[in-house]
Amino acid sequence: MSALDAGQSLPRARREILPALTPLLVALAAAPFIGSASTFVTLTAAGLAMGMMIFTMASGLTLVFGMMDVLNFGHSAFIALGAYAATLVFLPLASWGSADSFALNLAVFLLAAIAAALLSAAFGFVFERLIVKPVYGQHLKQILATIGGAIIAEQLLYAVFGPAQIPLSLPRTFEGSFVFGEAAIEKYRVLATLVGLTVFAGEMLVLNRTKIGLLIRAGVENREMVEALGYRVDRLFVAVFMAGSALAGLGGAMMALYRGQAHATIGGEFLVLCFIVIIIGGLGSVGGSFVASILVALIANYAGFLAPKLALMSNILAMVAVLLWRPRGLYPVSGR
Amino acid sequence: MTILSGDPPRGRALTILLILIVAALALAPFLFHGAKPLNVAAKTCVMILLVASYDLLLGYAGIVSFAHVMFFGVGAYGVGLMLYALGPSWGALLLGLVAAAALSLALALAIGLFSLRVQSIFFAMVTLAVAYAFNVLASQLSDLTGGEDGRSFKSPDVLRPSFRLIHDKVFGVAITGKILTYYLVFAVVVIAFLALLRVVNSPFGRVLQAIRENPFRAEALGYRTMFHRTLATCLSALGATLAGALFALWLRYVGPDTALSFSIQVDVLVMVVVGGMGSLYGAIIGAALFVFAESYLRDVMGALSEAAAAAGLPLLPALFHPDRWLLWLGLAFVLAVYFAPSGIVGALRATEKAER
Repeated sequence: MSALDAGQSLPRARREILPALTPLLVALAAAPFIGSASTFVTLTAAGLAMGMMIFTMASGLTLVFGMMDVLNFGHSAFIALGAYAATLVFLPLASWGSADSFALNLAVFLLAAIAAALLSAAFGFVFERLIVKPVYGQHLKQILATIGGAIIAEQLLYAVFGPAQIPLSLPRTFEGSFVFGEAAIEKYRVLATLVGLTVFAGEMLVLNRTKIGLLIRAGVENREMVEALGYRVDRLFVAVFMAGSALAGLGGAMMALYRGQAHATIGGEFLVLCFIVIIIGGLGSVGGSFVASILVALIANYAGFLAPKLALMSNILAMVAVLLWRPRGLYPVSGR
Repeated sequence: MTILSGDPPRGRALTILLILIVAALALAPFLFHGAKPLNVAAKTCVMILLVASYDLLLGYAGIVSFAHVMFFGVGAYGVGLMLYALGPSWGALLLGLVAAAALSLALALAIGLFSLRVQSIFFAMVTLAVAYAFNVLASQLSDLTGGEDGRSFKSPDVLRPSFRLIHDKVFGVAITGKILTYYLVFAVVVIAFLALLRVVNSPFGRVLQAIRENPFRAEALGYRTMFHRTLATCLSALGATLAGALFALWLRYVGPDTALSFSIQVDVLVMVVVGGMGSLYGAIIGAALFVFAESYLRDVMGALSEAAAAAGLPLLPALFHPDRWLLWLGLAFVLAVYFAPSGIVGALRATEKAER
């Protein structure tokens, strides 16, 4: 540890601006190849919305890792649970969704989001106590135990909700697109972007402006010291784990609505993406995962348009490129 | 003892169990009749090699990889596509195997050099991402790989079911190409398993265990941990490739569900942990138990489920539904992680010790 490292770990350290600009740089670099302005706007808006949904899921994962040093492979179960929770609200309240009223439409969406978050948080509490708590500080066992937990949770979801896909339809107001000239932006994507931005703003406010946030950040830096100061770090852990699970559930619900169906496979699929995002962002960094989510989603969208065969590989290539440039991610958290 | 590299199973119960499993596998075509038992036996053999090579990484080196099934898939696709493209000949089989091994080595080397420098957790995530990308690539390149449908191909004529080695039946069993294939699989697995046993009991294997226990100390003693970890990754990748090639040859089919699917990776993890990490014999027990459960537990569970439904119990019929068998193995998995880190092998050895 040199003096330089110590300086970097102080709060309010100089924020590097270049990593945050990478999504913009990618967009600028891709623009000339895409050619038509309207296509570019459509792709970029779609990418932003997808990025926000991914961020909602990934920030929960990175929060839990940053705070508790737990890499939760069971995160996929919470994503899937959120997706099913959305169906629990949407199917009984189908008439609210199909009603020609913005207020009812919004209400059913918000109810689904809240239900997904609460259910996932409650389940997260159980998961933390039963699966994660006995293996704090042992990486290998953590990975194995959380995978085991994920297997059990997925099977339970199948047992409760059945193995088939459950169809979901968007509330009426959010169907269709806003059209500006030739560019079309789906309404639901605007909503998803707003939710994602709210989540980001909320996380940033809580982490940077409240005492809980201060303790969490302090716990990330040095757990023993916070404990020595008399705080119950283990309770903080449960709270963070529940928050992380709630975020996963919220993201899962939004993604299920976007896809128009809920199924347990959604969890595993997005878990991989979440890992890529938090690796790119820097393990444990919420801001980093925000930038990385947008970056990954934009690259995937542009690649999907320019070279469809490459699109699904683009995430990996982006990860390799970023790690070659900054081996510990865009915004590395000190001490990791 | 030398054939076991001086590492016998240790423990009477364990030895007897292992002898029973190996004997059952060796005599499977004569002991059990019909196609299903032979399929179960062949799958068990293949899984033993796959799990043993994974144990080299997880149990001995303490590295969690999610790309192990990717190497399995490389082996399966290498042999399968080469036999499909060049026609059924031993040359094509060999060429496919060599090409697959080369690709696996290159991939393992790249992943190892790229991500083993950092924490084990990082390696786990990178391998997960790479394996996922590989799956996508395999289904995207459908012109080459057959996409989701996969490819069916013919094996060299000696190994086809229609081939007869001798006209007379031996102990009431016709010696068909299918049975020859089974013994080819069995022999290769036995040799590869003994080779792996040799590796983990070599000085190299000792260093791996030292790195697992305390990487800093191993490094301080002058071992290049990076080199050892990467070499372990490469060796285990080769083992998985060989297992994949055998499985493709047995099924005479290669596709994403049988060779690449992520659920196989989860299965392998379950087998390693339940059987016993850090002991290659755990692979034999884990694989045998798992494949047996996969094939026959469903029937038991189906009966239980119907019984529960008849008794009018809520939720239980769904929990005992035959498709939910993984739920119970998942439970066993988590319990094994907490209470029996060395799995069934460790439990059998411990009781032996207590008796003395």
